[in-house]
Amino acid sequence: MGWHWWPSDSAIASTTYDGRDKCANLGACTVGCAQGAKASSDITYWPHAIRAGVEVRTRCRVREISVNENDMASGVTYYDVDGNEHFQAAEVVVLACNGVGTPRILLNSVSNRFPNGLANRNGLVGKNLMFHPYASIQGIFDQPLDGYMGPGNCIWSQQFYETDRSRDFVRGFTYEITRGRGPVATALTGMFSGRIPWGEEHHQRYRELFNQITGMVAICEDLPEPHNTVSLDPELKDSDGIPAPKITYKLSDNSRRMLDYAVDRGVEILEAAGATDVMTEAPIAVGGWHLMGTTRMGVDPEHSVVNEWGRSHDVRNLFVVDGSIFVTSAGVNPTRTIQALSLYIGDTMKKRLTTLFD
Amino acid sequence: MSNEETLLASDLPLSEPQREILRTLIGSIIPASRDYDAPGADDPLIFKDILVTARSYTDMFEAGLEDIDQQAIRDHDGVGFAALSETDRRAMAEHLSRTLNPFLRTLVSITAQCYYRDDRVMQALGMEPRPPFPKGFTIEEGDWTLLEPVRRRGKLYRDVDG
Ligand SMILES: Cc1cc2nc3c(=O)[nH]c(=O)nc-3n(C[C@H](O)[C@H](O)[C@H](O)COP(=O)(O)OP(=O)(O)OC[C@H]3O[C@@H](n4cnc5c(N)ncnc54)[C@H](O)[C@@H]3O)c2cc1C
Repeated sequence: MGWHWWPSDSAIASTTYDGRDKCANLGACTVGCAQGAKASSDITYWPHAIRAGVEVRTRCRVREISVNENDMASGVTYYDVDGNEHFQAAEVVVLACNGVGTPRILLNSVSNRFPNGLANRNGLVGKNLMFHPYASIQGIFDQPLDGYMGPGNCIWSQQFYETDRSRDFVRGFTYEITRGRGPVATALTGMFSGRIPWGEEHHQRYRELFNQITGMVAICEDLPEPHNTVSLDPELKDSDGIPAPKITYKLSDNSRRMLDYAVDRGVEILEAAGATDVMTEAPIAVGGWHLMGTTRMGVDPEHSVVNEWGRSHDVRNLFVVDGSIFVTSAGVNPTRTIQALSLYIGDTMKKRLTTLFD
Repeated sequence: MSNEETLLASDLPLSEPQREILRTLIGSIIPASRDYDAPGADDPLIFKDILVTARSYTDMFEAGLEDIDQQAIRDHDGVGFAALSETDRRAMAEHLSRTLNPFLRTLVSITAQCYYRDDRVMQALGMEPRPPFPKGFTIEEGDWTLLEPVRRRGKLYRDVDG
């Protein structure tokens, strides 16, 4: 069909490297790597940070950030695992609680100087929440696909990534064409979609699917819309009594049309590849993993929460380094961009150390 | 690989009658098959794995199993689920499979998880009965020349403004 495609960058360790072992194709990467070969942040960043003197206090919950009379953050109040309250004074506060946790802390940080929440003078904290609506399109093939025998990395296609005015939606999506499923995932897909029944017939119908399913998901670029929000729930609190976040989100017509288009094209390519049947779901019910946009970045303090290097416009020693600072969602998984932005913001802070609060 | 944790009798989740309802129910979901040389989900080893795995859902399981039993008693003149005739049990299982409540969804997930990691079941599917660790599979190198047409197409992206 002449579509664009490319192998996904997976950063598979071909040799031992910086505390990671060599990949041995165990194939269960998403649930963690028994070989210690997966570049998860517990074995990439954290050991370096701890060696450099970082102290990690786990199982603590921050309630709020305090500010002084100069509009500078002075520290955070948090609860430890036993519910004891502490105050940690700070010269600089860096938030990395992602698209829901970060606006929640800011909105909970109410003071005389910031009656609507910290860094929220323009009212944008918590607004423009974006997810990635996903479509799943899975083909059933006649031949064995051996998809469970290696890392679950994928190839992807960005044939429909950019805006095309001939379509009835703006922006676009990436297809992530995944490997086939292992035995348990096949059973779950089959049983929950009604293709594998309970009872005697289970075995035969299972064998018609096992090792014969492969397909893709389409990760759709959601648009920033001010009515999709993270706010504070007026009633609900967590076990430390901290007001809980409340999420208000409506799938836009644009995203709906994009999902439908992605399903139609996905069915086309799977059928062209020889699928005898195709299963689809859009949006997938278990999605909503990528949380973006709720403290957006920008040069204009009227229209953004942090500046172009992650510093709050309102509070000059407060930084955000997570998906909240995305301005658009992009039709790709966000985490490497979050990491790149965090590294960039860290570098910028270092370079500007003497003028950091100007 | 099945869950090899040992269950002490005093540790067993659910009462004995509840365990019997559960065993009957999972046997209705995945019965043994002579044609495919496969055990049922009610096989003693797989059942034990299911019991251990379900331990964190004990409250949900107790309520869900009780509910099914009461339904059987109501519809079948006082006969509980585990004692139903095969025809009645099948009919009731068929009905349950079409009305998956949160308990049944959890039960189906756990049953599938434990069943399809059993060595005998994997063997019956033609798989090597082993976890991928510590010996992964050999993956053949792909044919990178397949990317040539993509390279020739040039870039897809607009340049950043300015
Ligand atoms: C099921 C699933 C699958 C995913 N798959 C992919 C994928 O394939 N590719 C991809 O790119 N991304 C994926 N993601 C998204 C990815 O996990 C996130 O983008 C990434 O973890 C964000 O990193 P982060 O450090 O910014 O935030 P997080 O990893 O969310 O970390 C935020 C931390 O802040 C803590 N926190 C929040 N509030 C407070 C508080 N008040 N006090 C103290 N601590 C607090 C949280 O406990 C958490 O530990 C997936 C997410 C999910 C849920």
